[in-house]
Amino acid sequence: MLTAVLIMLAIGATCGIVLSVASKVFYVWEDPRIAEIEYHMAGANCGGCGFAGCSAAAVAVVAGKAQPSVCIVAGVESALGIAAVMGVDPGSAEPIKSINECLGGDRADDKFAYNGVQSCRAMAALFGGKRVCTVGCIGYGDCIKSCQFDAIDMGPDGYPVVNEIKCVGCGACEKACPKNIITVRTMSERLLHFNEEDDALAPCRQTCPAEINIPQYIAQIRDGDYAEAVNTIRERNPLLLACGRVCPHPCEDYCRRGIEDEPVSINQLKRFAADWEMNSGKRIPVACAPDTDKKIAVVGGGPAGLSAAFFLRRLGHSVTIFEAMPELGGIVRYGIPEYRCPQKTLAWEIQGILDLGIEAHLNTRLGVDFSIESLQADGFDAIFLGIGAWDDYKLGVDGEDLDGSYKGIPFLSSVAAGKEVKVGKKAAVIGGGNSAIDCVRTLVRLGVEEVYIVYRRTRKEMPANEVEIVAAEHEGIKFQFLAAPTRVVGDENGRVTHLEYLQMELGEPDASGRRRPVPIEGSETLLEIDNLITAIGQRPTVDFVEKEKILENLGITRWNTIDNDPETLQSTLPFIYTGGDSATGASLVVEAIGGGRRAARSIHQFLTGEEVKGAEKSLRKRHIPVSLFTSVDGVVQKKRTEMPELPVEERIRSMVEVDLVISEKDARYESNRCLSCCRICYNKDKEAA
Amino acid sequence: MGYFELIISCIFVNNILLAQFLGNCPFLGTSKKMETAVGMSMAVVFVMVMAGVITWVIYNWILVPTNLTYLRTIAFILVIASLVQFVEMFLKKSIPALYAGLGIFLPLITTNCAVMGACVLNIDKEFNFLEALVASFAYAVGFGLALVLFAGVREKTLLARVPKPLQDTSIALVTAGVISLSFFAFKGMV
Repeated sequence: MLTAVLIMLAIGATCGIVLSVASKVFYVWEDPRIAEIEYHMAGANCGGCGFAGCSAAAVAVVAGKAQPSVCIVAGVESALGIAAVMGVDPGSAEPIKSINECLGGDRADDKFAYNGVQSCRAMAALFGGKRVCTVGCIGYGDCIKSCQFDAIDMGPDGYPVVNEIKCVGCGACEKACPKNIITVRTMSERLLHFNEEDDALAPCRQTCPAEINIPQYIAQIRDGDYAEAVNTIRERNPLLLACGRVCPHPCEDYCRRGIEDEPVSINQLKRFAADWEMNSGKRIPVACAPDTDKKIAVVGGGPAGLSAAFFLRRLGHSVTIFEAMPELGGIVRYGIPEYRCPQKTLAWEIQGILDLGIEAHLNTRLGVDFSIESLQADGFDAIFLGIGAWDDYKLGVDGEDLDGSYKGIPFLSSVAAGKEVKVGKKAAVIGGGNSAIDCVRTLVRLGVEEVYIVYRRTRKEMPANEVEIVAAEHEGIKFQFLAAPTRVVGDENGRVTHLEYLQMELGEPDASGRRRPVPIEGSETLLEIDNLITAIGQRPTVDFVEKEKILENLGITRWNTIDNDPETLQSTLPFIYTGGDSATGASLVVEAIGGGRRAARSIHQFLTGEEVKGAEKSLRKRHIPVSLFTSVDGVVQKKRTEMPELPVEERIRSMVEVDLVISEKDARYESNRCLSCCRICYNKDKEAA
Repeated sequence: MGYFELIISCIFVNNILLAQFLGNCPFLGTSKKMETAVGMSMAVVFVMVMAGVITWVIYNWILVPTNLTYLRTIAFILVIASLVQFVEMFLKKSIPALYAGLGIFLPLITTNCAVMGACVLNIDKEFNFLEALVASFAYAVGFGLALVLFAGVREKTLLARVPKPLQDTSIALVTAGVISLSFFAFKGMV
């Protein structure tokens, strides 16, 4: 008996000694906070948080992948304790929320009949599910069963709906879902997501350069939830008031209703939601991630710069904008006239962006008041160049610098800045783009009696928005098509008196697919004018590059734009990013806004030490072929809501905004015209069924 | 009995899961997904070989000379539990990749009756050291084989129309029975 006890003691002691020695020998350094945090947890190893046991959850908290409130069982006290260990405010870490992207995959047809086990995972194993749609929700609710917090319910339309209040972001539903439909992400991760080939995207959403979730905000307007509609738009576009007014809405060209009927007036709905927020007198709060210690300089306060600043600030970085002009807004402020986008409206919108905690230095020009080197010396970790394209192309004919002739952008910005611009009785504007139309419509408002627009092709080829051309026609602009200026004639005082142009005819199509205008010999015509404005396109001014040695390697393209990687927008210098007109040449406001967000994504990667790279299956405005239809069943013709506008006689006397916002009733009607499309499914009109 | 026969016998004929019915809890618990089944099998191979060897040493070198063979069960439990702890610490320091791969399975094996069973069987059959080593390894491979086969079958049963009262664990037990029966075909080979 004694030996037995002794032997057992000996074995036990040996095991104990070996283990205690091993724990010293094989000691791996662990953050001591992990043990402290584990102490605050329930210790039940229940896995309710989504991590494999309490110690895994504690590791995740220290690694910043979980928030202090991760332990569901231990409750508030534990969250406070953990927050104290980590030295943060409880709940200041970004909440992680689950969102279901598919709004009704059951609208898609069935490929085969199946009555087997009611589970998404099983269904997905059979040819990816019985529905024709390859990306959508299967609808058996594996996510609902996986949720330990009762936060997901099967909604009335046959797809799961997440209850945001109950959701703790544990990630169980994402793991349970065999598709990429239900995702658990932080706000930052959602802000930085770009359209990918596998995403559930409607055609309009694939087209939008800013990648706004269009069907979602239209559905929110339909439900009367205007505040959420504003939030949805703002997740992708911080300048919704401006875009709602000036965007040429390329999305509407791809609207599925447009195939059988008139497209949904998407942009008017955006403007409706944006104006609703402004007129409500209250700003909808915008959430920002916890502060980081990174500083970013945004050079240029136009749409691209404001968008980059907005998204970087929401990611928690500290942003400073440097603007050359006396006010922020860039070309929207100085190039787009008051009657299209009032300065008061724009100022309200920009104030909202600055209120997030963004500093702005006005009247400071790159290369004059500061340099890239001085920014680096001031501790800026990355720089975004959104300097726009403000340099008008020259006509290249004799006499274009005579007294009384202007360039498009300086003319528009002088008017916008409230300076007095001398104009006579007759004026001609050369060009066919939106700037040219802005110039003629501004001239009318300045009291010029006869305004001509001189364009070398025909109306069909004009790059300006159709609505703008129609508005100019209504306002009595005279269009001189197929005319190529050859000479500007002046008097002995050096003042413009005539514009000489050659008449053209259309020949063979050129590289852009438009028929090339060919001059008719001996058809010189003189047009009597007092003022001439050239608005034939702009390019960026990049003379700041030559002033600094550090910028020697900054690539500039032959169009004078700053060279960048089209996916990441990183320039040839790794800490400089560029977007908007300065990278693309003169383009749309919404394009610049999309560029600002894309650059913000890359800058965020650069600052957090990740590799700067784009999404693997990035769509970048390409379309998913299967989502483009040639005909659409079940569409009943419903008239598109007309744009309300001021009568012509009233509007041409002042710079008052011409286009008005649609009424709430019209917005509800228009939002009901939306088919709520995704890739291949959509809601058929009820009358058609 | 040659080593070849020993291996065949331990893997197929006397399969620790399907013929000896040891280690049924991990058999049902970790067989829902192929991925977990493979992870568990790897961990079992690792631990069972170590445990088989060390318990053989303890038994033949300590308990037999002191005539304390009746302490076998309690001594083995102590040793296996300490061993798993030790292995866990060792892997964490030396082979972090393997540690991360085996993950939560290692500590689970502390109380796995298949490990204990294999060690006891080694003693009962009066194997010498090398035989004990080979047998432990083969038992573990047999465990892994049965577990992986079973996980494959269970993944497929998901697609079948199972009557409600029989769903999940019930049908799994029925399946386990059928697989076990099929393993009885090896009876009498060695």
